[in-house]
Amino acid sequence: MSDAESPDGADENPLLRVEGLQKHFQVDEGLISSLLRATMGKEADYVHAVDGVSFELERGETLGLAGESGCGKTTTGMSLVKLHEPTDGRIEFRGMDLTESNDEELDEFRRNAQMIFQDPFESLNPRMTVYDTLAEPLRIHDIENETARIRRALEFAELQPPDQYFDQYPHELSGGQRQRVAIARALVLDPDFVVADEPVSMLDVSLRAGVLSLMERMTEEFNLSVVYISHDLSLLRHMCDRLAIMYMGEIVEKGATEDIIENPQHPYTRSLINAVPVPDPDVGRERVELAGEVGDAIDVPSGCRFHGRCSEYIGDICETESPSLERKAEFDDDREVACHLYDSCGERS
Amino acid sequence: MATQDKPSIFADIDDGDVDQEDESVDRWRRNLRLWRETLTEQWRMLTDDLMVRLAMITIAFFMAVAVFAPFIAPHGPLTRQYEGDAGIIIVDWAEPSFMSAESEYLLGTTAEGFDIFSQLVYGSRAALLVGLVAAVFTAGIGTLVGLTAGYYGGKIDDTLMRIVDFLYGMPLLPTVIILVALLGPSLWNILLAIILLQWRSTARVIRSQALSLRERPFVKAAQVAGASDWHIISRHLAPNVLPLSFLYGAFAIAWAILAEAGVSFIGLGDPNTVSWGTMLQSSRAYSALDFGAWWWFIPPGICIGLVVISGFLIGRGYEEITNPELR
Repeated sequence: MSDAESPDGADENPLLRVEGLQKHFQVDEGLISSLLRATMGKEADYVHAVDGVSFELERGETLGLAGESGCGKTTTGMSLVKLHEPTDGRIEFRGMDLTESNDEELDEFRRNAQMIFQDPFESLNPRMTVYDTLAEPLRIHDIENETARIRRALEFAELQPPDQYFDQYPHELSGGQRQRVAIARALVLDPDFVVADEPVSMLDVSLRAGVLSLMERMTEEFNLSVVYISHDLSLLRHMCDRLAIMYMGEIVEKGATEDIIENPQHPYTRSLINAVPVPDPDVGRERVELAGEVGDAIDVPSGCRFHGRCSEYIGDICETESPSLERKAEFDDDREVACHLYDSCGERS
Repeated sequence: MATQDKPSIFADIDDGDVDQEDESVDRWRRNLRLWRETLTEQWRMLTDDLMVRLAMITIAFFMAVAVFAPFIAPHGPLTRQYEGDAGIIIVDWAEPSFMSAESEYLLGTTAEGFDIFSQLVYGSRAALLVGLVAAVFTAGIGTLVGLTAGYYGGKIDDTLMRIVDFLYGMPLLPTVIILVALLGPSLWNILLAIILLQWRSTARVIRSQALSLRERPFVKAAQVAGASDWHIISRHLAPNVLPLSFLYGAFAIAWAILAEAGVSFIGLGDPNTVSWGTMLQSSRAYSALDFGAWWWFIPPGICIGLVVISGFLIGRGYEEITNPELR
């Protein structure tokens, strides 16, 4: 991705660079179980929610994180906005390392990174009015012109006229309106970077289009960099410039959205894309069905984590050697794949 | 920095192009109005129930009595109305005048020569003082500890909850006996013991609420926006557990009055203060029951019953607001 210069060309760094991000959760954290472990000399168990994720995000770019539930995409998203402290790895925002940032840098980051959550019924405090919900981030960061900004953000989120919504409580709003309020809250600080975690999956299908077009407009007008997290590939195809497919805490395939959707190469990506329903009953296509269950996130499978369910299993190498995410000689696009099926093209990106 | 190099819908606002002054919302006036709306709504819901209304009237009545006790009571609660031969206490009482007895005392007198009606009036002071102070502290300490434990979790939670567990192992009466033995018998020491043992259940319930609240996305959203821990606890957690601490406060009134009466009844009360519990205790000491002096012990019993039941009814009514499933 080195050819994609940032628009002003001034800074070399991408907006966000994630390197080897890991997040492990200890299974039994209680006092008694840790005492038991200590006396019996056992190691603590960890859930490997995110296990070495790397990517870069340019200004104004949209990246989709896809994968089945439990693959670590939400944990990745939460780590990106520093809701989790990563176990290992680096997250750089405008060249500044978030894991070692001081208070001032963190404050700067908090102003510029926001998150939109899945469930609009849970993401707004039931005891706060719309006005207070939107005013909160502004008050935290001591930003002036509170009312005018709130009015503008609500207008942008197509809640018209904004003054009518000021004193409403979340329970007085519909699901679509709530999600618009949540989006307005994310935008009121004028951020550079937004993580949208399944932004429309809890909404009625009839409301989705409206909220999605709002998010498209927001990406464009704010020149936002957005990480969309979803299991819905057709949504991601519509919204994202690039896609990263995750499986068990790792990215297995990454590249331009059209390349990946039209021509998936990793066996897991293929099965995911095949699972997307096609509205035309006459379209015949090769079905690749996934056998078995997702592997154990505590006792991670050796080698390629997908080897137990893979339809293209090619022998011992899949079980012994973990494939790295890299450019492959077979493809001339930007795609990176983590699979032994393809030959590494030597020069690593 | 953020606004210089990219398009922003807020650009003209930051440049001051929009006329601000007359458009802005006055924060204080707005907050006041919202608070008033919330309170009137809750008040309407609470007073919707006839039982709750009656309970409130009862409590209000006793409050008025407590406040105006010196004007209502004809005598001092611990002033002897008559002396026996040679000035010693006599075991002799006057019967109540409202039973058309030949007596100037509305509810008669005790064997010690005290006016029962005056004692009853002054006793409401002790009862309401204990009830309200215990309620405020029970709800206050319990909520603070519960929120802290629930929000921070980990070692802080462990430590605070082990203290709560320890307090759960302490029985009320022995604690009072030890406190009274150490600090001397007074109403405040009884109150101290009651508060010490009562905040534990509030703390536990509030903690469990805080545990589930802190995982809710609106708390995450505040964290992403950079809110401090105190900001999240005071703005996001506290308002959502407030109805629950209110509920526990209302129940605490009743429990504290009962506990004070019980402790006084077994003779650990403050000898210089009259409470309904100490009235019962002295009536027992002088075997009022055996002599048929029912006017001595029935009125304080009724008063305790009325206030305690009212406290529970208000708590119950509030519970129906906080937990609509009970309706």
